[in-house]
Amino acid sequence: MEPAPSINTKPQMRIGVYVCHCGSNIAQTVNCSKVSDTASRLKDVVISKDIAYACSEPGQQEILQDIEEHDLERIVVASCSPRLHEPTFRQMMKSAGLNPYLLEMANLREQCSWVHLNEPDAATQKAEDLVKMAVSRARLLQPLEQEKLPLTKRSLVIGGGIAGIQASLDLADNGYEVLLVEKNASIGGTMAQLDKTFPTMDCSI
Amino acid sequence: MTDVGRHPRIKLFTLSEIVDIKGYVGNFDIKILKKARYVSEQECTACGDCAAVCPVVRPDEFNLGLSSRKAVFTPFPQAVPSAYVVNVNECLGHNPVVCAKCLEACEKGCINFHMSDDEIEERVGSIIVATGLEPYDPTELDEYGYTRFENVLTSLEFERLINAGGPTKGKLIRPTDRRRPKSVGFIQCVGSRSARKGSSYCSNTCCMNTIKSTLVLKEHYPDIDIKVFYIDIRAFGKGFEDLFMRSRRLGVHYLRGLPGNVEELPDHRMRVAVENTVTGRLEFFDLDMLVLALGMKPSKSTRGLQEMLGLQLTPDGFYLEAHPKLQPVDAAARGIFYAGCAESPKDIKDSVTQASAAAVRAIRLMHTGEIYTEPITSQIDPEKCNACGKCVEICPYNAITKGIRKKTPCVVNTAACAGCGTCAAECPYDAIVMNHFTDDQINNQIDSMLEKSSREKILVFACNWCSYAGADYAGVSRLQYPPNVRIIRTMCSGRVDEKFIFNGFLNGAPVVLVSGCHMGDCHYIDANRWTEKRVKKIRKKMEKLGIRPERLQLEWISAAEGSRFAEIMARMENLRQRVSIQEISETIEILKNQEKMTQN
Repeated sequence: MEPAPSINTKPQMRIGVYVCHCGSNIAQTVNCSKVSDTASRLKDVVISKDIAYACSEPGQQEILQDIEEHDLERIVVASCSPRLHEPTFRQMMKSAGLNPYLLEMANLREQCSWVHLNEPDAATQKAEDLVKMAVSRARLLQPLEQEKLPLTKRSLVIGGGIAGIQASLDLADNGYEVLLVEKNASIGGTMAQLDKTFPTMDCSI
Repeated sequence: MTDVGRHPRIKLFTLSEIVDIKGYVGNFDIKILKKARYVSEQECTACGDCAAVCPVVRPDEFNLGLSSRKAVFTPFPQAVPSAYVVNVNECLGHNPVVCAKCLEACEKGCINFHMSDDEIEERVGSIIVATGLEPYDPTELDEYGYTRFENVLTSLEFERLINAGGPTKGKLIRPTDRRRPKSVGFIQCVGSRSARKGSSYCSNTCCMNTIKSTLVLKEHYPDIDIKVFYIDIRAFGKGFEDLFMRSRRLGVHYLRGLPGNVEELPDHRMRVAVENTVTGRLEFFDLDMLVLALGMKPSKSTRGLQEMLGLQLTPDGFYLEAHPKLQPVDAAARGIFYAGCAESPKDIKDSVTQASAAAVRAIRLMHTGEIYTEPITSQIDPEKCNACGKCVEICPYNAITKGIRKKTPCVVNTAACAGCGTCAAECPYDAIVMNHFTDDQINNQIDSMLEKSSREKILVFACNWCSYAGADYAGVSRLQYPPNVRIIRTMCSGRVDEKFIFNGFLNGAPVVLVSGCHMGDCHYIDANRWTEKRVKKIRKKMEKLGIRPERLQLEWISAAEGSRFAEIMARMENLRQRVSIQEISETIEILKNQEKMTQN
């Protein structure tokens, strides 16, 4: 891989910040409009909004429209954990023609509103900090390209009980080669030892 | 089952175990140890002539010791593959002087004592973990007398006794006198829903399994007296309540309360003492036979496989899914999926459903025949690299190579780099850039976090796979902790550079926590060993400089340990409160002087 190009040299970087309410999941504890207001005064932030559901179709459309209208280059979404919706918003970046790695998320739900339910002021302060941290990081993000590699179209199934058997058959019937590994001398697992099984009350084998 | 044996695209390896897995999503290199069967799978017709002449008699595991088998045997009549197997540890030997009777009896010559264990190497694109369950061992629950009284059976032993293919051809008998019992009691939640013995979770299937057993019994013997001792009956699935009502209509007596004690009467009946929580009275019942409804434990192979694949477990010991609601069959590691009881106790229908889901998730990943790799990899600046080779030594993936000629800069093989960033943290010349988690990016986060009222804040570094996920789990569980915690995510705790920590202290952080996966659970093989070493080193350095080393903490928090995360945050807050403004300013002074000294 070539060394990444140096940090954006444009006179002003254009960052958009979106503070998600997640219905009431975030908004009932965190003052989202205050957070977005604070963020709007951060360096390089050209637009900052609070938004009902950032991940929803209308939410994403709104962000996409802003990217177009305000020529945004980097996006900060302050919503749930990136472990949940980072792929969603990276996809959105791609559809706007932006590099997906120019997205940054601030975790306002799992790591803020949900864990400080009774401290709205402190939670709002924390949210402001988390967004500020995300913007400062977003400013230095660099576009990255994924590498494409060949993949082996075969599956390993470990365990030959009812679950392993079903998974193997589904894969194999769809045209995939399956290696089914079972530690005992026969497949069947615990299920094979059962007599009738509920709810159908018929034989297990 | 037979479909699996016949399917042209399924290669079945029985008596086999996975001994090694390397590589990543799309291309895993696996090693399978296939133990010798000593009977040809292809040739054997399961005629049974060999077993007829075998002189060795052993308890039959499939029937839980309720019948016997020979040293050459088939596990059960419908076994797949339909071939006999020799237990070589029990066999007298193939020397004709000693035995070799089976060799003579087998007309087709399928038995071959020269077979040896085989190690097979294969490559696959995805893995489905369906390692199943282990029934709970009730020997520790001595109050039910399983080890002391013959007429106390487990639910699995009962299954074999009532099974038409079982040792009694489906006729229920009492082990002590081989007569049909007139009354049977079932004790629920054996090994489940107890903080004292067994596990605290509900095993999900035992209520319905018992209801099924009562229906089977009533069908065979309408006059049999059945009592079920339970905490609650959990008949939550489709059609389950109907079965429960049917069982009650047939006269099965459901009694709320678990027995406190079981005694054997001189006629080998069981006297069960139970506090009936409906009537509030202590009641006694004399029953011919007692069945313990066993709960489920994770399979014994879980731990080994978890380490090999870098997977996470719940505190109960089952595999932890990527998301409990939205990705219930995915592992956090890409390309690995769960099916059946490996993930949690479940019944056949749910196992089948999850297995089909896992298959589709695997297909979704594999169907294009291509895979995109994360560009979050490290790269080496050849200008700065001094070719010391430290990174080569550190990299858990052997993804960095040192130039053949001395002093040629090191090079990262991006296809092999998994992106932990440990090399970047350890490089003494700052020559390694960790893409997407660069020094500047992380330092920027630290600076902006501590810009205002730094004294109030707790700086926490958390690794993506375990401790950050643990923090998310604390959120999902709504566990409350001090709101002054600020988390910075890195892919691995190995990425947390000494510079970040001192930058934190320089900017006025009272306390800093580095957190990662438990030892042995690291998503990057063993990169967190370097975290541990580094934190030790930094704490020594802090001591030398006159900074209290306790202000830097290191904790291992798994993805399932939400409560542990919250507890640790409370502890960090305690620690923070003991750091005075004066101490912080002294630290800043010390570090500023230190900076000046190194610049000069």
